[in-house]
Amino acid sequence: MKIRSQIGMVLNLDKCIGCHTCSITCKNVWTSREGMEYAWFNNVETKPGIGYPKEWENQDKWNGGWVRKSNGDIQPRIGGKFRVLAGIFANPDLPEIDDYYEPFDYDYQHLHTAPESKHQPTARPRSVISGKRMQKIEWGPNWEEILGTEFEKRSKDKNFDNMQKEMYGEFENTFMMYLPRLCEHCLNPACAASCPSGAIYKREEDGIVLIDQEKCRGWRMCVSGCPYKKIYFNWKSGKSEKCIFCYPRIEAGMPTICSETCVGRIRYLGVLLYDADKIKEVASTESETDLYQKQLEIFLDPNDPEVIAQARKDGVADSVIKAAQESPVYKLAVDWQLALPLHPEYRTLPMVWYVPTLSPIQNAVEAGTLGMNGVIPDLRSLRIPMKYLANLLTAGDEEPVIRALERLLAMRAYKRSQNVDGVEDLKVLQQAGLTKKQAEEMYRYLAIANYEDRYVIPSGHREMNVPQAYGERSGCGFTFGNGCSTGTSDVNMFGAKKVNRRDVIKTVNVGE
Amino acid sequence: MSNLNNLLFGVYPYIAILVCIVASWIRFDREPYTWKADSSQMLSKKGFRVASNLFHIGVIFILLGHFVGLLTPESVYHYVITSANKQLLAMVSGGFFGILCLIGLLMLIKRRLTDDRVRASSKTSDIALLFMLLIQLVLGLLTIVVSMDHLDGSVMIMLGNWAQSIVTFQGMQAAASIEPVHIIYKLHVFVGLTMILVFPFTRLVHIISVPVWYFGRRYQVVRQR
Repeated sequence: MKIRSQIGMVLNLDKCIGCHTCSITCKNVWTSREGMEYAWFNNVETKPGIGYPKEWENQDKWNGGWVRKSNGDIQPRIGGKFRVLAGIFANPDLPEIDDYYEPFDYDYQHLHTAPESKHQPTARPRSVISGKRMQKIEWGPNWEEILGTEFEKRSKDKNFDNMQKEMYGEFENTFMMYLPRLCEHCLNPACAASCPSGAIYKREEDGIVLIDQEKCRGWRMCVSGCPYKKIYFNWKSGKSEKCIFCYPRIEAGMPTICSETCVGRIRYLGVLLYDADKIKEVASTESETDLYQKQLEIFLDPNDPEVIAQARKDGVADSVIKAAQESPVYKLAVDWQLALPLHPEYRTLPMVWYVPTLSPIQNAVEAGTLGMNGVIPDLRSLRIPMKYLANLLTAGDEEPVIRALERLLAMRAYKRSQNVDGVEDLKVLQQAGLTKKQAEEMYRYLAIANYEDRYVIPSGHREMNVPQAYGERSGCGFTFGNGCSTGTSDVNMFGAKKVNRRDVIKTVNVGE
Repeated sequence: MSNLNNLLFGVYPYIAILVCIVASWIRFDREPYTWKADSSQMLSKKGFRVASNLFHIGVIFILLGHFVGLLTPESVYHYVITSANKQLLAMVSGGFFGILCLIGLLMLIKRRLTDDRVRASSKTSDIALLFMLLIQLVLGLLTIVVSMDHLDGSVMIMLGNWAQSIVTFQGMQAAASIEPVHIIYKLHVFVGLTMILVFPFTRLVHIISVPVWYFGRRYQVVRQR
């Protein structure tokens, strides 16, 4: 057993209102740079929909994630090592910028400089790649917002597989939900496995997956390898970039910016201890529907004295073990099993988990009766089909989704009877397999969602990175790899561009 | 003429190689962030796969062919092949891969100049490099035509002597062995040396980073503090 710790995230979809605050704060902090205008380390999709980039879940098209070979071994779906290298001249599985969207800006300056005219001046769009006028914007980062496209297009959503999807195109049966997405910081990242340069690595101490910008050579294989399409090729710098899980904040014990600014309090961050020796075995599980259960087995009980002793031996800091014991992610994902991984069938063992969302009861009014399963309404009468959620979160196995939703409903029913009727309805909890203590805790974590309950992040112990901390004092801070050179020369022989300057797009008069 | 010949083919090679090594070293050391293939594939995929693969397959074969062909001493390869046959082999295989490379290169040049996105994100050095490659490739293909006049392998031996003298630090002897060859060869060698000279200042540096280590490493990379 080799114990490592990982900061995981849980998103409670039941409370996501799709306000995009997470995406915007993330954008402003991390991807407002040139070459990354099109990239959203965090984005919120309306489901059903083909998403961003287009049809990212369709691995028949993009070949992301892992595939289990007949001999029981796994390899990236884009191919074995030879095949990956054979593709470096022209990656056959690379999305084009149009699969995301052509990034644009508007000629705002024209509003200031336009001469007097009969009509009000307008700010017209312009591509920020070519600088050319865009007559019509045809796709954007969130084009399907609140089912913004016709069902015909939306229904290409891969999560409709094995469903009679036609009926959901009808107005009466329409359903929707929000899905905020970011890098999953997988235990078995396919991006890292497909990087020819070995530039993508997982940090041992907190599990954050990063790209070494100085080792990345821009071979673009990671973009294809990642089944979540959460690696973005910066076309200006020629390097791949990805969500860094706000590691400078995490190291300081602060939540990521997307979590911090979430107005719905849907995000949770906490430590999970796992057995690193079991990663390969779990990821190679034969049946796709078993992957979720197998992944749960990799996590270790942080209160088990044996685990604690082994963790200490493997160099996990005491503050991290303590955080693991109070981890909201452990509670939600492992203890209560409310949170489920996103597309476990990709075999990457993702570490961003989702509490499935409840939805209004579908046919109750129409039929005059409500299907009941004991005191809990029949979950099959919920507006969002179980199969859809299962395809999204558990490789099609409805059982875990039903269990999670039942528990959510049971907790609600219990608290309702407690607060409204003044009685303790323990029967409903029993039915969902919950104890009273668990239900009260669930209420505290899910409904109240205090800041200090949602984010239990141990500081990163960066002092352990430098053997001689005193020597680092007053040294140079962040650099782009050229030491402490002042960088005063305007001309750089090697084509590196000054980071403190943007190539501003020329504004021109309209009418061209 | 002889002085110029000595300068261009006896001294210039060392300048080019030295600049190449030293500047590459400095760049790798000081500006690792700029060390990359600089692909523009994601901006425009149309026709890119064919073009880039043709170009790269062609150019890799040609480069390897030059290394083996020029640096293998006569006494060694005579065990396997005669000079005349070796020349014929070089003409045919070089010609074939040269044509592949040329087709790919022309497609890439067209793409870089006519695709709005690719054009706008191109550096001057990207475009200049493509034309430099084109000139070099055309010169190289022209040498095949010129070499039709002497199928005995004699010129090839002279060029081989030049390269072998260069790598054994006998500059003047090298310049002397290349003196009598046709101007096309000399131009080809000159442009080739110039490409070695500009190598560290362009995206060509990605050649050094061929990720062969990928075969030897495990899939997952975990970094400790």
